[in-house]
Amino acid sequence: MQSLGVNVIFDGNNLIRLGEGLWVTMRIAFSSALFSMVLGVFAGIAMSARFKPLRLLMRLYLETVRITPVLVLLFLLYFSLSKIFYLSLSAETVAILVFSFWGTAEMGDIARGAVASIPLHQRESGLALGMGPAQLYAYILIPQAARRLLPAGINLVTRLIKTTALVSLIGEVDVLKVGQQIIEHASLLRNPMAPLWVYALIFLLYFAVCYPVALLSRRLENKWRN
Amino acid sequence: MDLDYAFMLKYAPHFAGAALTALRLAFWGIAFSCLLGLACCLFRFYRTPALGRIAGAYIELSRNTPLLVQLFFLYFGLPKAGIFLEAEQCAVLGLSFLGGGYMAEAFRSGFEAVSRVQIEAGLSLGLGRAQLVARVILPQAFAVAVPALAANVIFLIKETSIFSVLALEDPTFLAKDLIGMYYNTSEALLLLVLTYLAVLLPLSLFLNRLEKRVRHAEFGR
Repeated sequence: MQSLGVNVIFDGNNLIRLGEGLWVTMRIAFSSALFSMVLGVFAGIAMSARFKPLRLLMRLYLETVRITPVLVLLFLLYFSLSKIFYLSLSAETVAILVFSFWGTAEMGDIARGAVASIPLHQRESGLALGMGPAQLYAYILIPQAARRLLPAGINLVTRLIKTTALVSLIGEVDVLKVGQQIIEHASLLRNPMAPLWVYALIFLLYFAVCYPVALLSRRLENKWRN
Repeated sequence: MDLDYAFMLKYAPHFAGAALTALRLAFWGIAFSCLLGLACCLFRFYRTPALGRIAGAYIELSRNTPLLVQLFFLYFGLPKAGIFLEAEQCAVLGLSFLGGGYMAEAFRSGFEAVSRVQIEAGLSLGLGRAQLVARVILPQAFAVAVPALAANVIFLIKETSIFSVLALEDPTFLAKDLIGMYYNTSEALLLLVLTYLAVLLPLSLFLNRLEKRVRHAEFGR
């Protein structure tokens, strides 16, 4: 295998370093996912509020996030905070802030859609049975909304994991950045094949993480379809 | 915060040019994505032996990996295996690879919405397989899939911001370049946001109207 250069993956502690990089990636993805899910439910409630100015404001927030590429949001926060507010945040903090900002908007829209998809007669039947608002939410609305919310929410997690690859562009040492460091070091050791194997491995690593999550989302969706 | 307006005016045309570069690459990427997506969807719909399986695996692979890693593999990895691609070719190829999976899923949702009755009615009229697809299934499937396809178009155009890593002069690359050269961070970033706004806001509104029109046709009102 020496001539193929595939040994670059197993040299020294390269595998452990890639694992550490993957851990950074996962840490960012899952903390952003957690914030997005919790804040997103509140955003969803605000998006379906009766008060029109609030709804407009949330609509503006959602459209802004949808129209700006995440990479641009990352640059915006990472470079301008220090320049304008003399505030220096670590790349990881900036990444979690940006992904949560983006994820909250997306999750909010999912939550709004989930609540809107419950037929009106469900709420009215509950009221007719003499349920109070708390009972209505606990026994009728939330269980039904959750079945639509959860699969879409888990799907958002795979999108978050994939998007974390961008953090290497603002200097965070995630799995991709570790890969680049390994490639640079291998080129010093005259292993020209390193980029092929390292990038292929990272490609498969992302797939190995995202695919099970995507499968889970699809299975829940099929299970709860009706 | 004071902005250097002269600087912004001077570089605004550069951003317009960079946006055109990104849009040109996005156009080819989206066109190939649609073709690839439709082909994959048809293979899966008809359960074509082997090809249906391959299409299924490809859809999962493209939807569950980041474009950035796909581009790095194409641009830095493949040359080591003897396959040399220009940066622009990599960009279009990467975007098509990513988009194909998403477009296939969008088409699938449309195909699944065409009712069995429609297909059987077509068959009983004596339509051949190709006629059935072209005249019965596709027009109806397309109408249902339009919102998902439109969302994918916006998504893929936004993904072009990642092309900057291949040193292609898209708006994101230009902004980073200007920040590096002149330290006019606020101005460059503001121009960058405005560029995407100018491209995506009209497009998003146009696609919204298109969706409404197609939906209108669907209900036949």
